[in-house]
Amino acid sequence: MRLTVRFFASVKEQLGKDMEEIEVPAGIGTVAALRTHLMKRGGDWQSVFSEKKLVRAAVNQEMAQAGAAIKAGDEVAFFPPVTGG
Amino acid sequence: MKISVQRGDFDLGLEVKAFAKNPKIGAVATFVGQVRDVAMTLEHYSGMTEKAIAQIVDEAKARWQVMDCTVIHRHGELKPGDQIVLVAVASAHRGDAFAACEFIMDYLKTQAPFWKKEHGPQGARWVEARSSDDDAAGRWKDPSRKAG
Repeated sequence: MRLTVRFFASVKEQLGKDMEEIEVPAGIGTVAALRTHLMKRGGDWQSVFSEKKLVRAAVNQEMAQAGAAIKAGDEVAFFPPVTGG
Repeated sequence: MKISVQRGDFDLGLEVKAFAKNPKIGAVATFVGQVRDVAMTLEHYSGMTEKAIAQIVDEAKARWQVMDCTVIHRHGELKPGDQIVLVAVASAHRGDAFAACEFIMDYLKTQAPFWKKEHGPQGARWVEARSSDDDAAGRWKDPSRKAG
């Protein structure tokens, strides 16, 4: 299953990239499962995605909780809590 | 209704003058946020940011009488004293205008994907989210906080 994964702010800086097209196993059906999948890359990925509370997610540009479903073709984004205004 | 996420500055007076000419409008409440103390860079999630603000405005319109509304949020490099954000709400009466304006600001701070990076004397650092902002947004969950 192919996904577009985007990273913003401190998450982007820590990972050194802002976007990636990735192929993941079909069993990766939620935001939480994708996080775990990316964490297994180790190194910076491990440290960014292990601190659960500090990384928020969006699916197709809508804020999403850990249990939110993801499917082929989705745009999933990871970022720290927002600080605008 | 106008929502804009832009690099450039804005003019409060011009934005209010551009509101719909509706003889039922009796109140316009506005809020302008400015950069305090240190220069910063504001990053956003193009596309999602505009959608998130539109959803917040829709929620305000469901709760209060909103006859026109403008939200402008800047991104990019900003220095102390620069304007960052404008929220302007027109309504028949001040109660709705004030409440909707404050609600939009509170939700914008916790729901719209913007991130501030400050460039202080010790170098650059990402601003951390504050729990007081979550508290400010959370108090609107009480259904009694509607215009009376």
